[in-house]
Amino acid sequence: MPVAPGNPHGNPEAAQRQGALPSTPLRREVTLAPAGFPRGDTRHFRPAVGASDVAGPVHSAMMSSQVVVNQGYNSQLPGSYPPLTPAKTLNPGSGHYYSGGSQGPGQTLHRPPVAANPAVPSLHSGPVPRMPAPASQSPAATPRPSGGFLPGASPLPPVTWQHSYPSMGSQVNHYPPAPSQPPVPGSTNLSTNHQYVSSGDPLLQNSYGKSGSAPPIRNPPLPTTFQPGAPPGPPPTGGPPLVRALMPQKASLRAVPQPSFNSAVNQEGITSNTNSGSLMAHSNYDEIEGGGFLATPQLATKNPQISRSVGYTYPSLPPGYQNVPPPSSATGMPPSSLNYPSGPQAFPQAPLGANHLTASMGGLSLHPEGLRVVNLLQERKMLPSTPLQPPVPNLHEDIQKLNCNPELFRCTLTSIPQTQALLNKAKLPLGLLLHPFKDLVQLPVVTSSTIVRCRSCRTYINPFVSFLDQRRWKCNLCYRVNDVPEEFMYNPLTRVYGEPHRRPEVQNATIEFMAPSEYMLRPPQPPVYLFVFDVSHNAVETGYLNSVCQSLLDNLDLLPGNTRTKIGFVTFDSTIHFYSLQEGLSQPQMLVISDIDDVFIPMPENLLVNLNESKELVQGLLKTLPQMFTKSLETQSALGPALQAAFKLMAPTGGRISVFQTQLPTLGVGALKPREEPNQRSSAKEIHLTPSTDFYKKLALDCSGQQVAVDLFLLSGQYSDLASLGCISRYSAGSVYYYPSYHHQQNPVQVQKLQKELQRYLTRKIGFEAVMRIRCTKGLSIHTFHGNFFVRSTDLLSLPNVNPDAGYAVQMSVEESLTDTQLVSFQSALLYTSSKGERRIRVHTLCLPVVSTLNEVFLGADVQAISGLLANMAVDRSVTASLSDARDALVNAVIDSLSAYRSSVLSNQQPGLMVPFSLRLFPLFVLALLKQKSFQTGTNARLDERIFAMCQVKNQPLVYLMLTTHPSLYRVDNLSDEGALSISDRTVPQPPILQLSVENLSRDGAFLMDAGSILMLWVGKNCAQNFLSQVLGVQNYASIPPIMTDLPELDTPESARTLAFISWLREQRPFFPVLYILRDESPMKANFLQHMVEDRTESALSYYEFLLHIQQQVNK
Amino acid sequence: MQALLLTAALIFFAIWHILAFDELKTDYKNPIDQCNTLNPLVLSEYLIHAFFCTMFLYAAKWLTLGLNMSLLAYHIWRYISRPVMSGPGLYDPTTIMNADILAYCQKEGWCKLAFYLLALFLTTYMA
Repeated sequence: MPVAPGNPHGNPEAAQRQGALPSTPLRREVTLAPAGFPRGDTRHFRPAVGASDVAGPVHSAMMSSQVVVNQGYNSQLPGSYPPLTPAKTLNPGSGHYYSGGSQGPGQTLHRPPVAANPAVPSLHSGPVPRMPAPASQSPAATPRPSGGFLPGASPLPPVTWQHSYPSMGSQVNHYPPAPSQPPVPGSTNLSTNHQYVSSGDPLLQNSYGKSGSAPPIRNPPLPTTFQPGAPPGPPPTGGPPLVRALMPQKASLRAVPQPSFNSAVNQEGITSNTNSGSLMAHSNYDEIEGGGFLATPQLATKNPQISRSVGYTYPSLPPGYQNVPPPSSATGMPPSSLNYPSGPQAFPQAPLGANHLTASMGGLSLHPEGLRVVNLLQERKMLPSTPLQPPVPNLHEDIQKLNCNPELFRCTLTSIPQTQALLNKAKLPLGLLLHPFKDLVQLPVVTSSTIVRCRSCRTYINPFVSFLDQRRWKCNLCYRVNDVPEEFMYNPLTRVYGEPHRRPEVQNATIEFMAPSEYMLRPPQPPVYLFVFDVSHNAVETGYLNSVCQSLLDNLDLLPGNTRTKIGFVTFDSTIHFYSLQEGLSQPQMLVISDIDDVFIPMPENLLVNLNESKELVQGLLKTLPQMFTKSLETQSALGPALQAAFKLMAPTGGRISVFQTQLPTLGVGALKPREEPNQRSSAKEIHLTPSTDFYKKLALDCSGQQVAVDLFLLSGQYSDLASLGCISRYSAGSVYYYPSYHHQQNPVQVQKLQKELQRYLTRKIGFEAVMRIRCTKGLSIHTFHGNFFVRSTDLLSLPNVNPDAGYAVQMSVEESLTDTQLVSFQSALLYTSSKGERRIRVHTLCLPVVSTLNEVFLGADVQAISGLLANMAVDRSVTASLSDARDALVNAVIDSLSAYRSSVLSNQQPGLMVPFSLRLFPLFVLALLKQKSFQTGTNARLDERIFAMCQVKNQPLVYLMLTTHPSLYRVDNLSDEGALSISDRTVPQPPILQLSVENLSRDGAFLMDAGSILMLWVGKNCAQNFLSQVLGVQNYASIPPIMTDLPELDTPESARTLAFISWLREQRPFFPVLYILRDESPMKANFLQHMVEDRTESALSYYEFLLHIQQQVNK
Repeated sequence: MQALLLTAALIFFAIWHILAFDELKTDYKNPIDQCNTLNPLVLSEYLIHAFFCTMFLYAAKWLTLGLNMSLLAYHIWRYISRPVMSGPGLYDPTTIMNADILAYCQKEGWCKLAFYLLALFLTTYMA
């Protein structure tokens, strides 16, 4: 009771905000309600529930509460604070949480519930609705809070996690069926209870668990299976992966999400898997933004009574990771159950806990396998036959459960060395790899009047802070002790006062906040899209306008946005053409500006128009545009002036410029000269990786300042100096797409690729006027950033646009010794404006242990992350020094770290190349990098292609970078159902991953190579007739068409299996990889063989030779 | 006497640089603005320094000239190896926030300050 009132928030703004709060939150909620979700629903009120519990009319309660709050703050007198009880009521009013699966799934989610608990459907469903409801309703504050709180708890399993579902399912089973729930004393309605109980826990567990225990996932039973089992209860089915983090506490509490919710989620997840890519995309983006609806009001279920009791016991949450207090101990269900009357809840956890344990153990170095030292020269089959899982940090299980999903946020060393000296000794790079804006299936979203942050370092409160007592928390980054704001004391999940540690912010490592107006420099901008087309003769020749305009027409309604969306078009050759799309015009009006030395905008309005109001004109323009320039003989290209014009057009609002360019710009500012000399392609020297002019960079910086991002689509057969052009996207946080030799007739493969990528590009989620800040525990500091952005200060990136396909890397250094700390945390906070005009903050927090010995550092190394970071560093090195320097640096990285291991860790010097188990694939991945297009030598890779590959290294999330570097190879002519995953009603075979060596290929088989953005199916000459006819649908080998990019859907089990497998691979990524079917004589065969990184090529070593080389150097 | 004034001006430049990089490091300023203010100074600093190198040459102060020639050579090298840019100056806002480059620039500032102070003493006592 202490303290508080004064300025709990720490910052003055917060205090001020308070006053305003009441009204805003409410409004927000309303708006949030996602489209999918019917707002009017009865759900709003779960009055039934609420009513029983509460006494006071909602209105009055809220009002009073608010008032009270205000007073408290204003007066700042500690004493003045209202007694706890009042506070409770108050709190609800002030902060509402939504957790929502922000994405599409959310919608579905709600529906399912009905079945589950027919009785009280309305209740669960509605977190969103609740908000309003509370106001109107009388139900006491208590009910409301719960409502408000939505599903927040639920974590977001990324799409990829799908495998995990199964495991979840298993977990689910554990639960006692709904029936058990009744125990819940909650005064609230019974019906609700069960739902919550059963479903809620599993969900939570799942989500986290999976991240932690990824490996186990595979084995577990299929989701489908269990679902049925689950039915008894409510729909506990399998809650898809919700956040585990909550588990411990929640479990004990039995805070359960609504059953309906769960079921819905499950279905969603599954369905999404099964569905075609497009479907998935949908749900991901659109819905996310709508996010508000989210979700599930999960935890609300708890009875106030129960929770209260819990509250008092109040354990210190995470901090105690070493010795966990009873409540927090996840596994220790028994204890928790004891504590709580609602015993039943406990059930799920016990099993789960066990699983996790083993799982995490596996990941940890504890596992004997992990401790093993491997002699690579003797054990050559080190590549696992299943996808490589990231190592699990050696943390106490309770903390690990809460940790961020490694797909979003991972560190090269899962055990952080204590000092820079130790890090230097290990010779491994320390850094983070982020995929902060990844599409998530489920994301807790919090709408709260006060976003709780550390007063000195501004860190967002996260699962890894420690609560000193109920009123104070200690920042895990700067160690400052902060007060817990009064409204944070109320936990809407449990409807209990005094449990700040159970709030969703403290239960989820990944969470999204709805930002109040302090986080805006100006009113959120509308989504603005400007398309700039090259219409010179060369461009018309390629015929790209047809595909692009068609794609745009098809996706016009799917562009992320709202009623404020604006769109505009500019075309250019040697002059610049603008299109007036003024309402009332019968057809678009073209305005030509031929003065390219001093570009101006011909008319201030109507060049960017509201998409909804002028849709017909826009469609008309898109239909006529491809024909307008067919007779053009103009060969010059004035890209620079066109970009300047585009910038001027966009500067007042900010937004996205998409530029389509097909040749080297030759006119006006920014004109470039060809620099590529074909004869020098193969040498690593004297190639032009640096820009030849800073025009594009400066323009990009101007764009960045005005919140404009430029995405470059380069469709050129000739050298176009991507090194210079690429700067326009690199520093404005755009992305680069490159289609070498694009031609609508001669190169249908590129056409298909453009169409698919364009579809993704146009419909994916987008964040505007974003900034991302990365904070880390005191003692660590950020050294360098990698990716597309402008670095605005030591830890702040300026991202005019942020898209879900962009990854970032950060190099870190240890500035001060970390000897007096056992854990370090990293937090990335991405502040952006959604396409719906909401300001949001997405926060990810990662927690890692600190170690003091070299051996532990090596054991915790994450080889994929290390390779990814090294690739980024090597790109920088190629640009600042030379390509050969970069290649040497890559090789030296392996040699240095393995020598360090040999000399410092291994006691007895054995012959051979001894490496720690964690780094067993390090030489292989580095060799693959050396053979990657960015860094390879001795081939005739064109300069632009090489530079594009470098752009990709910098801009791709780690998963895809690793796939393009070291593709997965599967044999697919003998797929069987053994070990297959089953997802909903499909069976997806899981063939083992083969090593990338020709020795694994055989002429009588068919092999599928998954290289991220491209799938190649190589069919051997003597491939079984069965495969040819049953899968490819051809008579014999010779009749396979030279260009084949689709598998026919045949009514045979073989065909079904192959198609299921391929579509499963595709569903795991947001873009659509094109499938190529190759024969021996196909031109793409060289491309296929080039990915065989373990083999020798004319200019590169084979894997074994490379190992020998390293061994020689290491043993020197 | 003139040399004294000029050295004082150079010291001022050096201090200005140190402060500017410190501001960058502590987040007070936007790197674009900072580079815009620093870049014109770089060339003027170099020119002033070159100017009084020639003055020393005419005055036949061989010892001082020898000392200053080393810095002059460094300046020339530094300017030749600057990043690609259209305007005068050395600093590129897109790379300046790299920890290595920032640390290097700061160190450079301190070294120059020391050097100019030394030059100030030399000119005062030896003139």
